[in-house]
Amino acid sequence: MLLEIDDVSLLYGRIQALHGISLTVDEGEIVALIGANGAGKSTTMRAISGIRPVASGSIRFDGEDITKLRADLRVRRGLCQAPEGRGIFPGMTVLENLDMGAYTRRDRAGIAQDLDRVLGLFPRLAERRRQQGGTLSGGEQQMLAVGRALMSRPKLLLLDEPSMGLAPMLIQQIFDIIVEINQQGTTVLLVEQNAQQALARAHRAYVLETGRIVKSGTGAELLHDPAVKEAYLGVA
Amino acid sequence: MTTVLDKVRSGREAVGDRWHHAPRWVRWALLAAVIAFFYALPNREFYQYLGPIPTPGANFTQVMFTVSIYVLLAVGLNIVVGFAGLLDLGYFGFFAVGAYTVAVLTSPSSDLKAMWPWLLAVPVAIALTMVSGVMLGTPTLRLRGDYLALVTLGFAEMIRIGAVSSEFLKGQRGFNQIPHPPGEFADGKPVFGVLDARPYYWLVLTLIILVVIGVRNLTHSRVGRAWISIREDEDAAQLMGVPTFKFKLWAFAAGAAIAGLAGALFAGKQNFVNSQNFELLNSIIILAAVIFGGSGNIVGAIVGGGLVAYMIERFRGIELFGVELYEYRFLFFGLVLVIMMIFRPEGLIPNRRRAAEFKDRRKEVTVGE
Ligand SMILES: Nc1ncnc2c1ncn2[C@@H]1O[C@H](COP(=O)(O)OP(=O)(O)OP(=O)(O)O)[C@@H](O)[C@H]1O
Ligand SMILES: [Mg+2]
Repeated sequence: MLLEIDDVSLLYGRIQALHGISLTVDEGEIVALIGANGAGKSTTMRAISGIRPVASGSIRFDGEDITKLRADLRVRRGLCQAPEGRGIFPGMTVLENLDMGAYTRRDRAGIAQDLDRVLGLFPRLAERRRQQGGTLSGGEQQMLAVGRALMSRPKLLLLDEPSMGLAPMLIQQIFDIIVEINQQGTTVLLVEQNAQQALARAHRAYVLETGRIVKSGTGAELLHDPAVKEAYLGVA
Repeated sequence: MTTVLDKVRSGREAVGDRWHHAPRWVRWALLAAVIAFFYALPNREFYQYLGPIPTPGANFTQVMFTVSIYVLLAVGLNIVVGFAGLLDLGYFGFFAVGAYTVAVLTSPSSDLKAMWPWLLAVPVAIALTMVSGVMLGTPTLRLRGDYLALVTLGFAEMIRIGAVSSEFLKGQRGFNQIPHPPGEFADGKPVFGVLDARPYYWLVLTLIILVVIGVRNLTHSRVGRAWISIREDEDAAQLMGVPTFKFKLWAFAAGAAIAGLAGALFAGKQNFVNSQNFELLNSIIILAAVIFGGSGNIVGAIVGGGLVAYMIERFRGIELFGVELYEYRFLFFGLVLVIMMIFRPEGLIPNRRRAAEFKDRRKEVTVGE
């Protein structure tokens, strides 16, 4: 197991956002996490990346207990998150943003190689490399957030709604890119509103409801599950 | 109104563009000229030809010393506020720690009776301000911005009240006979005397140049990138592997150390330190100066600190309708700030990034509505 979350609870003040969540991600997988607004998907991501401490439970990554490890040290272990929404650095150019993604690395040659790779995956970013992040369109910012996370060359890439706010064409494209990233060897844990697309591409998936995992299975299984269909796929 | 403002803006941008596109030697030559100008400035033979620039109501050389101290403070605070984006409302508190450390260690009126030479006390003053910065920052920098603002405000007040009321710090009576910096001319006269403020000004000016070179190098390094990322989006910085707490603490400590240095210089020049030197208002003035000049930009901080300190003194001795403008200096100051915040929140000489962050935040506000 690359990532193993066991019975994790998380509190925001007195509000309990996660009630004993357990999930696993195996090396090489794409795992999707779906659920309604406010179900706790982003919270789960925050717990994994470490910007929010967990109240109880444990998180293991790559054979090591990281439950109490600082967020920046988790990045060094190979865990990197592209945050939800506008999580890029607005005053930095596209290149500077990508450079920040490689902050923990010192292997210049490897960084240059990954930069080429990211700009290859996102030609739009290549065109706008000297533009400030804050002036990019919403979709371009989304791509930048994903590309920046890739620059850390993570073992596990955490993506929080990478398709948010994108036009249908671009949604298709970003999912294709995610599959491509995965085929190039990066494990992906993906949070998505776009359940249809996510389930179609994921090896496995979990359904989150008010801070609890209520269902799990392969992507195909959930895609054809009547309850999931009704609740998340907009099919009666 | 806006057209005038736009014109000013495009004019300034044109100057900025020209600067960035000018050949390297032109930039160096201009920079050298500016530096030479400021070294020459406190000489009567020079400033008497500068028309309205010398202050009518105060000794211009003394004023220039005050201005230089403010510039040094603005450069230091700019690291904290401008680069790392931490709101420090009590920056002058560190200045006080620096000045009092020198006073306690060197003055014969101190209970310690250590009577060190000034130069020996300076590194101790810097170290102690740094330590107080770390002590103040460690519990607060983990919290979000508003806590820091409150705690720093409280810190500066605490230092001031401590200075007013504690027997050890001598309150209003203060410390006298603080020794001057060392050095003698060939004829045996001390370089740093009582009457002539110029040597002190030159000393501070030289230190400003050194500090600016250091800060510039720092901001172009990994440390600088970390600070900027924290300022722009702290969570994202952490998600990219930046140890945010550590770098915030560094920024805070570095800023404190510079204020400590400024305090030590001030004590060495004034030769007398008491509790009246450290009013809360000073902290606010420096913060306002940094924001006014363009926080996040070293040149902006220098210009802001210099202009604000100079303008306040410039009002001295000017009468309008029978009242001395100096009495109303903070009214003008406040007015200028308000106007500035409305039309140019990113400051006089903004940082290119900072401007984008402001736009981004405005967008966020409108999106959130
Ligand atoms: N900083 C916070 N303070 C207090 N409560 C929070 C905070 N962040 C999230 N919550 C609450 O925790 C719950 C889970 O939020 P979370 O952001 O994880 O939802 P989500 O599944 O990502 O939703 P969405 O699909 O809308 O992004 C929500 O009820 C939310 O209101
Ligand atoms: Mg979310």
